[in-house]
Amino acid sequence: MPANPALKKPHNSIIEINAQDIATHELNNQLKQAVAAGANKILMKNVCGQRYIGTDINSPVEIEIEGTPGNDLGSFMNGPRITVHGNAQDGCGNTMNEGEIVVHGHAGDITGLSSRGGRIFIREGVGYRTGIHMKEYGNKKPIIVIGGAAQDFFGEYMAGGVLVLLALNMKDSDYHRTRYMGTGMHGGVIYMRGRLESHQLGREVGTAELNGADHEVLSGLVGQFAGHFDLNADKILRHEFTKLFPLYHRPYGRLYAY
Amino acid sequence: MKTFIPSKFIVERDPARCIQCQVCVNQCSFAVNSYDAADNEVMADENNCVGCHRCVVFCPTNALNIRKNTLDYRENYNWRPEAIEDILKQAETGGMLLTGMGNDKGYKVYWDHILLNASQVTNPSIDPLREPMELVTYLGRKPDRVEIDPVTHTLKNAMPPQVKLNVPVMFSAMSYGAVSLNVQHSLARAATEAGTFWNTGEGGLHASLYPYGDHTIVQVASGRFGVHSKYLNAGQVVEIKIGQGAKPGIGGHLPGEKVTAEVSRTRMIPIGSDALSPAPQHDIYSIEDLAQLVYALKEATGYRKLISVKIAAVHNVAAIASGMVRAGADIIAIDGLRGSTGAAPKVIRDNVGIPIEMALAAVDARLRQENIRNQASLVIAGGIRNSGDIAKAIALGADAVYIGTAALIALGCTACQQCHTGKCAWGICTSDLALTKRINPEIGSRRLVNLLRGWAIELKDILGGMGINALESLRGNRLHLRGIGLSDNELKILGIRPVGD
Ligand code: SF4
Ligand code: SF4
Repeated sequence: MPANPALKKPHNSIIEINAQDIATHELNNQLKQAVAAGANKILMKNVCGQRYIGTDINSPVEIEIEGTPGNDLGSFMNGPRITVHGNAQDGCGNTMNEGEIVVHGHAGDITGLSSRGGRIFIREGVGYRTGIHMKEYGNKKPIIVIGGAAQDFFGEYMAGGVLVLLALNMKDSDYHRTRYMGTGMHGGVIYMRGRLESHQLGREVGTAELNGADHEVLSGLVGQFAGHFDLNADKILRHEFTKLFPLYHRPYGRLYAY
Repeated sequence: MKTFIPSKFIVERDPARCIQCQVCVNQCSFAVNSYDAADNEVMADENNCVGCHRCVVFCPTNALNIRKNTLDYRENYNWRPEAIEDILKQAETGGMLLTGMGNDKGYKVYWDHILLNASQVTNPSIDPLREPMELVTYLGRKPDRVEIDPVTHTLKNAMPPQVKLNVPVMFSAMSYGAVSLNVQHSLARAATEAGTFWNTGEGGLHASLYPYGDHTIVQVASGRFGVHSKYLNAGQVVEIKIGQGAKPGIGGHLPGEKVTAEVSRTRMIPIGSDALSPAPQHDIYSIEDLAQLVYALKEATGYRKLISVKIAAVHNVAAIASGMVRAGADIIAIDGLRGSTGAAPKVIRDNVGIPIEMALAAVDARLRQENIRNQASLVIAGGIRNSGDIAKAIALGADAVYIGTAALIALGCTACQQCHTGKCAWGICTSDLALTKRINPEIGSRRLVNLLRGWAIELKDILGGMGINALESLRGNRLHLRGIGLSDNELKILGIRPVGD
């Protein structure tokens, strides 16, 4: 592979990678080399559909992406902080363990699938099955904050973590179009703005007003979200929010005869 | 209305031999035997007996016998006892019937209709005791052609990663939670000693098992339990589990009771929480998506590990396998109709899928037709019982086999089909600490190594008889097989000729 002259830079530096016309595997190799070379910030320019960016990097390096990264951005990720100036595709944060992904745009389907840790902030909307099967363990608690709306099966099988759906593109009186929200949910919590008909919810989900502790969690996360995207947190928090929670921790208890 | 189902077994205790030592009371985890201090008598509540023989073999005076209860309903081929009793159970509870182990129905076992060849007169057989015999198998993608440097006699092309098996037998995926940690330790040690692999299943990898990484296959399934970068890099192979022979198309569900402190740490979920494995992996809805996960895992493991994809044998298996190879899988693992499980809905276990013999023959033939057979190794599972089955599988085109039930039987399992109850009296399929200590990993691993050694010797004998000195020469060599009692169509799919032909 052609050596990237920028890689020679000393420790504690910013390394720039031009992703133009570079295939996925090669691009990720360059990224790993940059991390190995001691960069603490990597600027990736002209990214266009290359997959798995941030996978197999186990350090809290900062990665800035200009363009449109491909599917599975940060899959199995374990530490990096990725900022995307553009949109993310499907599988963003797939099975993520640790780290942060900030998308200045929207993200596709299964955002944060099976994640066990880390944080994802999406300025606009997300596709189907966002937050599906998120789970938490010990001090690991995945968090996804979405500025826009979400498509169906939001928070499906959710087993832990926090999902925040701000729906900033909707009026307080608008109804979401999402169906099957929280189907199979058996852990974690969803905070959301905007209205829902009861049939839009999974059978396993209950709704409630936020209590003091909920407000504290929400305002902390909205604060971080607003910080990333230069928005006014107080203004967002003035809206009304609903909490969705699992009605049962064992939704499938009575399935078997013997 | 309470359901009355006659007990399946009768516990016979010979009063002349019974010394009231109560060993059977302690050994039976199904609470069949009890001691009445007032009468100084050991008694049995036979309704709970599952016929696991634990009490029989542990009784110091051989006082016990377990007999099938011959109490009969009126003879009716359609309404056999199982059909009647299943209905009674469901009418009582309104639930699905759950079961363990593999399909116990009488579907044709094709291994029993295939016979092996041997040399007579026209070519000599080989004596494996005194001549070298090669069973070593390498799994992994093989290059389309091999170029040798004429001067140095070394390989010129880059070789994709391979793993080496000293015997063509690996231990099937059995997760921590489904089986106990002592069972996994037995498997891991045995795999290391025998030069083969064991498979974590989808329950993560317990910290104490990381040292066996060189002989470990780590699984990634729909629940993604315990999957993180250290785990992915801990073994030599990462297996994407799409399906399982005992329950094709079905997800899984480890009930909260089995998620003990240690299981919780390994699966990385809270203690006592249900572990749901969704039916599909929601990042795989197509062959293209599979390719994406295959390469995500290759990327996550720096292209140093092999990626295996495991599916259940279903009707279109050949076409699916072709797609899997094209998706970049280094190993295709196929689990047949008789593959086992720690728990599955009975209706699925008993009715879904196809026998592995047919699936194997169809897949191997298809991959050869498409000239992509070299791009992936083929591993099969689902009811392999002995070295004869293995030799036939290799001749039908398998590179290696997985054994699950056979390995558990080596550890004491009597195939009583109670794995889903968590009460396994042999301490195998349970997380009850009082039961799990019944398996000693030291002894367990020795027994497994013994089994593999025995099979290896037999395989060499089979090869020698055929006049072949390397397993590689038997691989896909269907001329060494003949079918007996099979229809023309079955012979055609198996790609073998009838006996006498
Ligand atoms: S140990 Fe097994 S065979 Fe003996 S009584 Fe209990 S269930 Fe029956
Ligand atoms: S593992 Fe245990 S419960 Fe399952 S069939 Fe074997 S002996 Fe019975």
